[in-house]
Amino acid sequence: MNNSIIEVQNFRKEYGDFVAVNNISFDVEPGEIFGLLGPNGAGKTSTLESLEGLRTPDGGKLKVVGVDPTREPRKLRNLIGVQLQSASLPESITPDEAIRFFCGYHHVAPRYDLLERLGLGQKRKTQFHELSTGQQRRLGLALAMGHDPQVLFLDEPTAGLDVASRVELHNLMRELQEQGTTIILATHDMAEAEGMTDRVAILLNGKLATIGTPTEITATGAELTKVSVFSSTGSLANRDSAFTSVERTFIKDDYHIFFSNDIGVTVGEIIKYLEVNSDPLIDLRVERPSLEDRFLEITNGGLL
Amino acid sequence: MTAFINHFLFEFRAGVRNKTQLLMNYLLPLGFYAMMGFVMVEINPGFLDVLLPAMIIFAVLASTLLGIPDPLVNARENGVFRSYKINGIPAFNILAIPILTTMLHLVIIALIISAMAGSVFSAPLPTNWLNFVLVFLVTAFASAGLSVLIGVASRSSRITVLWSQAIFLPSMLIGGLMMPYSALPEGTQLISRIFPSTHMMNAFGSLAMGTSAEFDAWASLGILFIGGVLAIGLAWYLFSWDSASGSRRGHPLMGFLALLPYIIGAFLL
Repeated sequence: MNNSIIEVQNFRKEYGDFVAVNNISFDVEPGEIFGLLGPNGAGKTSTLESLEGLRTPDGGKLKVVGVDPTREPRKLRNLIGVQLQSASLPESITPDEAIRFFCGYHHVAPRYDLLERLGLGQKRKTQFHELSTGQQRRLGLALAMGHDPQVLFLDEPTAGLDVASRVELHNLMRELQEQGTTIILATHDMAEAEGMTDRVAILLNGKLATIGTPTEITATGAELTKVSVFSSTGSLANRDSAFTSVERTFIKDDYHIFFSNDIGVTVGEIIKYLEVNSDPLIDLRVERPSLEDRFLEITNGGLL
Repeated sequence: MTAFINHFLFEFRAGVRNKTQLLMNYLLPLGFYAMMGFVMVEINPGFLDVLLPAMIIFAVLASTLLGIPDPLVNARENGVFRSYKINGIPAFNILAIPILTTMLHLVIIALIISAMAGSVFSAPLPTNWLNFVLVFLVTAFASAGLSVLIGVASRSSRITVLWSQAIFLPSMLIGGLMMPYSALPEGTQLISRIFPSTHMMNAFGSLAMGTSAEFDAWASLGILFIGGVLAIGLAWYLFSWDSASGSRRGHPLMGFLALLPYIIGAFLL
């Protein structure tokens, strides 16, 4: 028996002759923070909006909390919360009115506490069009969470937010996850995806390029480790031969950058070289490939 | 029910808070009323006899045709309806609430106009107040229905202005507001009967103000009511949550069907 809270099976979405999403399948487990990544036009929005019941699939099967978004949209409404990418409320509505308005339609008491929590306490009587972009996005988030949905769809939730608001939002997401809420996070911020999600799916040209935990995805790449070296006289620039296991190298801000497929060998050789050339080592940094590196590898490499 | 009331109260407040809607709901009708009451009556004393119904009809046309469609188009194009859909707000409420809130604004403005007609301008008052209220409600309903249909069927604010003005301007010129229907040439009278304001003036005059009917006043009232129901039905049928999803059920030109009662009436009456 499938216990997934979201099931996507052979989902296909077309706009005329253009195939936006081409037979993708994945599941999301209850309580997961699931990242949906991909460059613009990859099919993220079509997938999200079909799961939210805003668009009708052209093929395949979608289930959200056991509900078909196309056939049972009314049933879906109280099960999911959605923060749309573009803030969209009547321009003269105030946060207080908006919370009352939307919570009323979800048959729950207004959650004014969310306005305080999201830093809108001082703006409760301010009209929507007078709020900053970040405040509008925070209001959208409060409205999405107001009825304690089982699944929360967040489309670029931190875009336009300052650092403090981002941290607060991330804390809130973790709290919601602890309470059992499943979160679908569409983002272009790879650091956010790597730090916040349990699993991610990367879409490319309407197809599922890869899916897994951020660690699994970074590990399945070319696995090149980045070594940055800064030495006293810069002797590394004058070496005659390449180091073993180094596949790429360049210089940036006086640092010599090496991409190695065997970090132990490469670091040993670098230190030995600096000793032989009487060039004291000032700084040496070793970095595993990030999700962003892997994302760029997938999207630029045209793996599909 | 709480949700509907919250929605209604917000929309009602927006009708005063939003500068354009405040202008259409109150400032323009009252300003025009003052101008017509003080100036037009001096130029044409006969206008005093129709001052009350003419100004109420003007208020109805301004509030509805100039006030309702644009916010609907903007809300759809800016994604407000998408937010509504995601949060389970029914399409019926999105269409019905602007009609109801506008009608409430119109009740307020009609009370002001009626109160001032006798006391400030010494204009004739209705001889049948019950019919006056009935005709007023049907008039507001018919015009609000057409306005919602224009908002639903129009792709953009520019198109909205075009359709709204296509009804509003001829209504002002040949709809019996500025000059009596009986003074129009016969061919123009036929065209005039296609516009709701002609039927509104006819119904107000005969059923409420005690003047003789230009043609069957109850038929005029029936045409207005059927036209309103048809317009709202078509608006509901043609409603789309957003222009990108292609969710509209019929072609926007189907909206012209709402004029059918008026066109049939123009030839039969």
